[in-house]
Amino acid sequence: MRWLSKLFEFVGKVGLFALRVVADSLRPPFEFAQLSRQLAEVGNRSLALIVVSGFALGAVMTLHTRNTLVAFGATAMIPAVQAVSFFVEIGPLVAGLLLAGRVGSGIGAVLANMRATEQIDAIESLSIDSFKFLVVPRVLACVIALPFLTLFMDFAGLLGGFLSEEVASHIAPTLYINRAFDYLQWSNFIAPTLKTAVFGFIIGSVSSYFGYTTDKGAQGVGEAATNSVVLSSLLIIVADVLLIKCIFFLFPETAI
Amino acid sequence: MSEPQTIAVEFKRVMKSFSTKRVLNDVSFHIDQGQALCLLGRSGTGKSVTLKLIMALMQPDSGEVWVDQDNVVGMGEHSLSLVRKKLGYLFQDAALFDSLTLYENLALPLSRLTKKSTDEIDDVVHRVLTDVGLGADGAKYPSALSGGMKKRAGLARALVLEPKILLADEPSSGLDRITAFEIDELLMRRKTEHGTALIIVTHDVHGARRVADRVGVLDKGNLVAFGSVDEVSQSENEVARKLITE
Repeated sequence: MRWLSKLFEFVGKVGLFALRVVADSLRPPFEFAQLSRQLAEVGNRSLALIVVSGFALGAVMTLHTRNTLVAFGATAMIPAVQAVSFFVEIGPLVAGLLLAGRVGSGIGAVLANMRATEQIDAIESLSIDSFKFLVVPRVLACVIALPFLTLFMDFAGLLGGFLSEEVASHIAPTLYINRAFDYLQWSNFIAPTLKTAVFGFIIGSVSSYFGYTTDKGAQGVGEAATNSVVLSSLLIIVADVLLIKCIFFLFPETAI
Repeated sequence: MSEPQTIAVEFKRVMKSFSTKRVLNDVSFHIDQGQALCLLGRSGTGKSVTLKLIMALMQPDSGEVWVDQDNVVGMGEHSLSLVRKKLGYLFQDAALFDSLTLYENLALPLSRLTKKSTDEIDDVVHRVLTDVGLGADGAKYPSALSGGMKKRAGLARALVLEPKILLADEPSSGLDRITAFEIDELLMRRKTEHGTALIIVTHDVHGARRVADRVGVLDKGNLVAFGSVDEVSQSENEVARKLITE
């Protein structure tokens, strides 16, 4: 039973850490310069990865679904299937998992390295609140950037799907777009896109927790990076299930 | 008539343990403003912990740590922030912020803790960098600096807020004799020209003899000798005698 008590202790610590992020993000002084720096790191530098992945995933998905839909004589549904699956689920989830890999590991490793090399102590010694200065801007940057990155992934996926379909059936762009959005309402993609803000909070908080609290020196840097990715990804998938249930409960019209 | 000396830092019966290992055992001492104290001792005897307790980066298990006229044990974040403004800390590996240039490393505390304008900050940073011989290196990142340059840069950052008390953790470790001597000179100048109190953790006995008004020797968590260099050389404790006369 010792592992169970350790598990509860760990969950409690991560929970308190996340609550402190929320409390400190509402308390001045606000670290706008740091936030802007982190937004560039999390948002701009992840954009290429997100767009290329979305495009490739969109193209591959059309290749996979096309034959089945053709067999049922539902070729006209290909753009709609592509749009619905990307905007409702694939885009938010894959963007979250990609960001957990790229940014989560980075945050964990950077903060753990700063802890190991006494940079966090140095910040405290300069009368600067290291938590507000290092952790809060990173978490907020993930919360703000991920919904926008998700939109980029959604549209890149749609573009990939269109090009794949265009090669196969020479479909016109306007027809593809009209068919794609036939079955999609605003309400279908606003809630799924906004839920990625929760994914962003998970990535930022979990990765910062592992990096900020490590006490294992250089060895802790690698561990923090790995643990950040593993736990962030796992929590994103679990949170996705719960959030979908919440969205269906609160907005029943979003269920397609 | 000379002014009465004010106490810069005082330890009163301080205890500190990490799990079962006691690193400071009932340690008491004080140094006055304008004095230099060198803490000597074998590795793992609690010297760096002493500095971290003064900066309140960790808390003792019991006892009091007074900085200027404040007991920092159990102090709230706001009050602590005011006390820390009186302290400068040169970390063992300098602990410069990797993502900032040398100039930004020094400008950061000035922009956040003072009301200086950008021009004034620029002046102060250039003056302090020039003082430590790095006037032309402000645009460099820490990764582009040598070990000696990092130490001097760390010292510059510790001094940029004009602290009353400077804590230095092994300022000459890993440096050649000449660079170590230059660092000692910078510390001495700070003490004589600005009346800054210095608390230096070091293994460099020659440097300690040059700089220190007081020497403290820590062994297995106990302060086994404390006094002037001459007094410690005649201490009854063998470890203290050996360390100071090596």
